[in-house]
Amino acid sequence: MKYPDQFNQEISKNKAVHIYFAQAIPLITYIDESCLYLKEKKCRICEGVCKNQAIDLNQTAEKVEVNVGAIILSPGLEPFDPKVRDEYRYGKFENVVTSMDYERLMCATGPYEGEILRASDKRHPHKIAWIQCVGSRQVIPGGNSYCSSVCCTYTQKQVILTKEHDAEAECTIFHNDIRSYGKDFERFFQRTERLPGIRFIRSYTSIVKEDPKSKNVTIRYSIPEDGVKEEEFDMVVLSVGLNPPADVKDLAKRFGIELNHHDYCKVNPVNPMETTRPGIFVSGAFQGPTDIPESVFTASGAGSQCAQLLDYRRGKLAKERIYPPERDVSEEEPRIGVFVCHCGANIGRVVNVPDTVEYCKTLPNVVYAQEQLFSCATNCAKEITDMTKEKGLNRVIVAACSPRTLEPLFRDTVREAGLNQYYYDMANIREQCSWVHSKEKEEATGKAKDIIRMSVARACLLEPLQEINLPVNKAALVVGGGIAGMTCALSIASQGHEVYLVEKEKNLGGTARRIHTTLEGLDVQAYLSDLVRKVNQNPSIHVYTDATITGAAGYVGNFVTTVKSDRGVTEIRHGAAVIAVGADVYKPAEYLYGEDDRVMTHLELEEQINKGDEKVVHAESLVMIQCVGCRNEDRNYCSRICCYESIKNALKLKEINPKMDIYILFRDMRTYGFSEDYYRKAADKEVKFIRYEPQDKPEVKVGESDDGRPVLKVTATDYILGNRLEIDADIICLAAAVIPSAGSKEVSQLFKVTLGPDGFFQEAHVKLRPVEFGADGVYLCGTAHYPKLISEAIEQAYGAAGRVLTLLSHDTVIASGSVCEVDEKKCMGCGQCVAVCTYSAIEFRETKQGKKAVVIPVLCKGDGLCNSKCPTGAIRLKHFTDEELLAQIDAAAEDE
Amino acid sequence: MEKELEKIEDQIRKSLADSIRKSFTDSHFGDVMVVGGGVSGVQASLDLATAGFKVYLVDKAPAIGGHMAQLDKTFPTNDCSI
Repeated sequence: MKYPDQFNQEISKNKAVHIYFAQAIPLITYIDESCLYLKEKKCRICEGVCKNQAIDLNQTAEKVEVNVGAIILSPGLEPFDPKVRDEYRYGKFENVVTSMDYERLMCATGPYEGEILRASDKRHPHKIAWIQCVGSRQVIPGGNSYCSSVCCTYTQKQVILTKEHDAEAECTIFHNDIRSYGKDFERFFQRTERLPGIRFIRSYTSIVKEDPKSKNVTIRYSIPEDGVKEEEFDMVVLSVGLNPPADVKDLAKRFGIELNHHDYCKVNPVNPMETTRPGIFVSGAFQGPTDIPESVFTASGAGSQCAQLLDYRRGKLAKERIYPPERDVSEEEPRIGVFVCHCGANIGRVVNVPDTVEYCKTLPNVVYAQEQLFSCATNCAKEITDMTKEKGLNRVIVAACSPRTLEPLFRDTVREAGLNQYYYDMANIREQCSWVHSKEKEEATGKAKDIIRMSVARACLLEPLQEINLPVNKAALVVGGGIAGMTCALSIASQGHEVYLVEKEKNLGGTARRIHTTLEGLDVQAYLSDLVRKVNQNPSIHVYTDATITGAAGYVGNFVTTVKSDRGVTEIRHGAAVIAVGADVYKPAEYLYGEDDRVMTHLELEEQINKGDEKVVHAESLVMIQCVGCRNEDRNYCSRICCYESIKNALKLKEINPKMDIYILFRDMRTYGFSEDYYRKAADKEVKFIRYEPQDKPEVKVGESDDGRPVLKVTATDYILGNRLEIDADIICLAAAVIPSAGSKEVSQLFKVTLGPDGFFQEAHVKLRPVEFGADGVYLCGTAHYPKLISEAIEQAYGAAGRVLTLLSHDTVIASGSVCEVDEKKCMGCGQCVAVCTYSAIEFRETKQGKKAVVIPVLCKGDGLCNSKCPTGAIRLKHFTDEELLAQIDAAAEDE
Repeated sequence: MEKELEKIEDQIRKSLADSIRKSFTDSHFGDVMVVGGGVSGVQASLDLATAGFKVYLVDKAPAIGGHMAQLDKTFPTNDCSI
């Protein structure tokens, strides 16, 4: 008897007794509510067959009382259920699926092992339509008025992946604004749009009918050129929005917290991780519809705030992890074990895994080989540990994915078996094999064997290496004294650490000094002066204004930064650094900016509104032009905040002077999340929204109105009416781009961190390490990372503080053992290595034989630049030695 | 009267100390409880544990990972979600 599998969105079936999914943590078989015994007291077959008598059908729920000092609520989200509205035909037309269903269909571990199949005939759909904003941006019963923030981009991802499944697929996306407001989203959109067979159509739609025979679905839509049209698709994907968790009311009651009018957690606007109840914090999608990076850094931020409360208890209850002692295997012959991963169907569908395993067993020094469904799953990782011990393995190879994500896990697995972790090697047969050769199965199997053979050759020569324990200086340096920098500094300082806050201007505050209100009505200046006061009064925060950083040396846990400020030159020793240098505003060169004082930026407009400038607040007509200086060739990104800023100014002006005609000329309105409500409010207050295309920008000229008033004449094409519009404007406001701070480049060089293609600081991993850099011990927050709203900068600042504390709360930090070393006898002191090292990890030391290069292991990142430069071959990169790599290359040339 | 009060005070102090002692020796005594084991809850738990706190992570599903575990890949890098 099988029941719909909830993990697979009920597309496939599973037994009542099953594991949740193959990589589940914990990986334990469980019985769900569909169990016949639980429902009707029948069956009990499982109980009889289980040899370990592990099944107890009489188990009852156990109540456990847990005492804690703080709580973080991260209950996540519920995808919108399109069944609440008949018109989506979900559950009625077989080939209408939700985006969540589609994720499972695409996934190699999904219901059809990664084959996208139609429910009606199990055939591949060729022509697929996505309908955006399902359950979002709607003021109708059952719908949500807000924008769900993530659907535009996840749909683009689904389109890209669909084209990878079937290069000939025709994909159509029906949308109303493409909201690519996040970092790198604009490029991602362009990448999607440029694929062949992709259409983005700006139109409302209705699902009209299903063909009784083919089960194809017809969608009705309208475009300005052709009017109303009907088109048939093989499959329709509903891009469903995000809802609060299903049991949210009960949850709120249970924890005694309040909800907002959308039934998300009610949060403090200047600290979005704070609920209405002290000691209870919130992170992730329960704050409001949010993407993964925000869910990650609000988690770190909520964690940091718990730690602020509970700092006195730190380390009292936590236990250190203890590994078994390392076995000395240096005198043993290599005994290699190879574990070949199916990665569900990711590898197994292309590479013949059983055949590859048999081949491994024939390789020299391989004493053991086996296949695994998911090597990274807890049971398989344990199997690796167990087999390593049982078979006396002294080298372990996992043939699976890229070392970038999972090498740390497998090294850990090997350590658990009492082996030095550098005896582990990873053979990448997924990214470098099955994913790129999905159509050539036989050749892919051959290549997988080659890759493993090479890895085996290298593994024979691997040496045990010791990692280095470094002391950690407990102080932190924060670069930038805007809202992000100050918030981060306060959070770190309140956990018992000294913080050095460095600001280039005379005053703290940054860009926020020019912002007066938020859309939600926060008095920014009052908030800011309070924040500045808290920073100045905190005895652990040392503020340096009018400051420049002239030098930054050292490494994680032990940095030395030289600061020139109004206090003179100071050398600061610190264990961590936070980059919060903020951003600048683009100075427009278009639309008569700088030539006519009636043309101003959105920030300047805000300042004029705040001052009550007559010319502005009593203007008859005001035109705002969006996307000035970005979303173009020079700056290929969206500045994220400008739609919000313009709506804010428009509403403020309408409040002061309701008669004013306000026009917003936009490309896509990107009021994501709850700001959508304000967009609607502005439209209700008769702010007029007129869309323009980038190749047909509005034009601005000095002129005169019909009644002789001196005005600025704005002309634009109205794509709805299909004609040219001419607007007389008294004031023009340009939504000028947010651009990287002028000092970004210098700061990035000083701290040896990278900038992205748009000049903003590049985090270590866009999703999973959003506030860290590739360089250890350096963190990131605020608009230095990407344009963001005040509330978002605060979230990220707390997030960075949380990550800083994961470092500063330790007395030591571990540095990699894979570093370079110099053979002094061979070194002739030419200095080429010193010049090429970006980390200043090599220095000269005087010896009796003259100047010799010496590597400082804690600074060395093991990138191997120096050893490739060294003319005498005196430098050796441990774990990637010439011998190891040459053996690997030789093995590549060997025949099977 | 005063003596009575002192006695009561003493009792309160004793019972308070008892309850504190009890809660400390109780095995279900932690620093932070994280409710929900999706990507956000897991990150919060990892951070707090790394920073020296004992964390209870609670989830209604049979495994942690939340909705992210159901996703095929994540944008814009198209990395695996698990």
